[in-house]
Amino acid sequence: MSILIDQDTRVIVQGITGKIARFHTADMLAYGTNVVAGVVPGKGGQTVEGLPVFDTVEEAVAQTDAEASLVFVPPPFAADSIMEAADAGIKYCVCITDGIPAQDMIQVKRYMYRYPKDRRMVLTGPNCAGTISPGKALLGIMPGHIYLPGHVGIIGRSGTLGYEAAAQLKAHGVGVSTSVGIGGDPINGSSFKDLLQRFEEDDDTHIICMIGEIGGPQEAEAAAYIRDHVKKPVVAYVAGLTAPKGRTMGHAGAIISAFGESASEKVEILSAAGVTVAPNPAVIGDTIADVLKEVA
Amino acid sequence: MDIHEYQAKEILANFGVEIPPGALAYSPEQAAYRARELGGECWVVKAQIHAGGRGKAGGVKLCRSDNEIFTICESLFGHKLVTHQTGAEGKGIYRVYVEAAVPIEREIYLGFVLDRTSQRVMIVASAEGGMEIEDISAERPDSIVRATVEPAVGLQDFQCRQIAFKLGIDPALTQSMVRTLKGAYRAFREYDATMVEINPLVITGDNRILALDAKMTFDDNALFRHPNISELRDKSQEDPRESRAADRGLSYVGLEGNIGCIVNGAGLAMATMDTIKLAGGEPANFLDIGGGATPERVTKAFRLVLSDSNVQAVLVNIFAGINRCDWVAEGVVQALRQVSVNVPVIVRLAGTNVEAGQKILAKSGLPIIRATTLNEAAERSVAAWKSGNSDIKKLRAAT
Repeated sequence: MSILIDQDTRVIVQGITGKIARFHTADMLAYGTNVVAGVVPGKGGQTVEGLPVFDTVEEAVAQTDAEASLVFVPPPFAADSIMEAADAGIKYCVCITDGIPAQDMIQVKRYMYRYPKDRRMVLTGPNCAGTISPGKALLGIMPGHIYLPGHVGIIGRSGTLGYEAAAQLKAHGVGVSTSVGIGGDPINGSSFKDLLQRFEEDDDTHIICMIGEIGGPQEAEAAAYIRDHVKKPVVAYVAGLTAPKGRTMGHAGAIISAFGESASEKVEILSAAGVTVAPNPAVIGDTIADVLKEVA
Repeated sequence: MDIHEYQAKEILANFGVEIPPGALAYSPEQAAYRARELGGECWVVKAQIHAGGRGKAGGVKLCRSDNEIFTICESLFGHKLVTHQTGAEGKGIYRVYVEAAVPIEREIYLGFVLDRTSQRVMIVASAEGGMEIEDISAERPDSIVRATVEPAVGLQDFQCRQIAFKLGIDPALTQSMVRTLKGAYRAFREYDATMVEINPLVITGDNRILALDAKMTFDDNALFRHPNISELRDKSQEDPRESRAADRGLSYVGLEGNIGCIVNGAGLAMATMDTIKLAGGEPANFLDIGGGATPERVTKAFRLVLSDSNVQAVLVNIFAGINRCDWVAEGVVQALRQVSVNVPVIVRLAGTNVEAGQKILAKSGLPIIRATTLNEAAERSVAAWKSGNSDIKKLRAAT
């Protein structure tokens, strides 16, 4: 078991004809991901990496029974593409695109709520590196080889910091059940809380690692959820101890604008909820390995 | 992106929010002339800078003659105004807004923000106008009225009336409050704002509702569809280091420390800064050169980081995923050959093909201090910065 994706998940790539999308499609296929098609309006009938390209997601789903989608569409059109996927019956969508206007994302979220919960698409991202269930499937842009298969569930707002954590775990010989990037934007598809719930229910995940950062209420919401509902051990790291207030630190959502949004406040809130907080980013792997030993 | 008060007022006025008569001036002479044009006997002269707290810092003055306006403007123009929001540097005053003074009966706080919890636009209002929202929420939290807007249908009249009644506004003014709230909301939506703050919104002696101050911040990610807003960018209000970075497509935030940082990815960049701090140093900047770390971007990044004269050491921390370490290392070597660097450079590479990358750095013959872990990188950076240039050879030998 793993969450969200596995080796059987049928995946389409929206925006597949772009240079970066093409590159990562090849990489995902090499990893063993079951990519079945691409979608680019006006380019139906072409092939990329041997995969058929369709004009609409609806057509791609009808022809290939695709369940998941990876969005590589440029920012001005990305929100539209996510809604198209939701409408076509895609169950899980990962949006890699960085730079989508926040108000477009408000609309996307509102649009998704027109579907009843059991048919509502799950979205992770935008502005994320993707999701990987090591050894099974990779939906995104991360280097697959830094993840060993295993039992740590990772949820992170940052791409390369997530790689850092995965590499540290690999050095300890510790593997990952699924790693999910929720992205660095202020309005995103899924929160820490949404994914904590999935990892808590996943038999293959024995410990959960949260990689947070400054800005927004999601770490505090996650802390409350962990306190009340999560029985598995949770290890966290929050980036941005040295970040000044009121400044956007690269990620559109990484800005301290209210009480409880600084790294030190988030660390305090998470610790109070029973989360083991790694004191610095260089020891995320060590901290997880230690907690795993204690549990064993 | 931030804009000036007078620009925000002009936008809001176009959406039906009433503002006092006012005019912009670029010199004391022009300011005095503008006041005569506006007429009346009493004016407010307001320094236009991208920061709040202007009143307390002496950037907003009530004047009763054009002579007085001239004198006050002479003390403002070309000077830096330091408020609690500007930092010690302050912000330069190059424009002044002259506004007809109005008789104020009541001051209200009105703000529109992107609320990340509800993932909707939220209206925040309080009867305690004139104070800053942080102080209101600390001292009078019960005075705050909130409403979220359903994005599919927009702000409704009943929501506006609810706010008006909760704020205790004279029922005769309900309609004009509805117009003000809906106008400001439409401006927020139309131009992809992330924040609109009218503080204070005033009720005048003659029963009008006017925006006396206004602040708008826009979503940088949406500027592509608002060229008219992009044009309002005022570089005189930006940290010159950050302006240069923005022009080069790099994400940079200037800080006070001495250790420059060049990192790929925002989260890793913040984490690198944190590690420097924990190792006893202070980061000079946040800089995310993006996932790719191409030689061009690394070169640009070195130029940018070194343009800060406080920088006494530079830490490069790249996690190479798809782009292998050997390729990133070539880029770093290429950049260091192009840019003259006279401070210690510490390079930590991790990820794909790390050994090959380290070899390239070692063989380059360049004075690079290498590190393998994040902690090691931070510790060596702090040591290099502390020891100054004299001891670099020892450190190099050690690596």
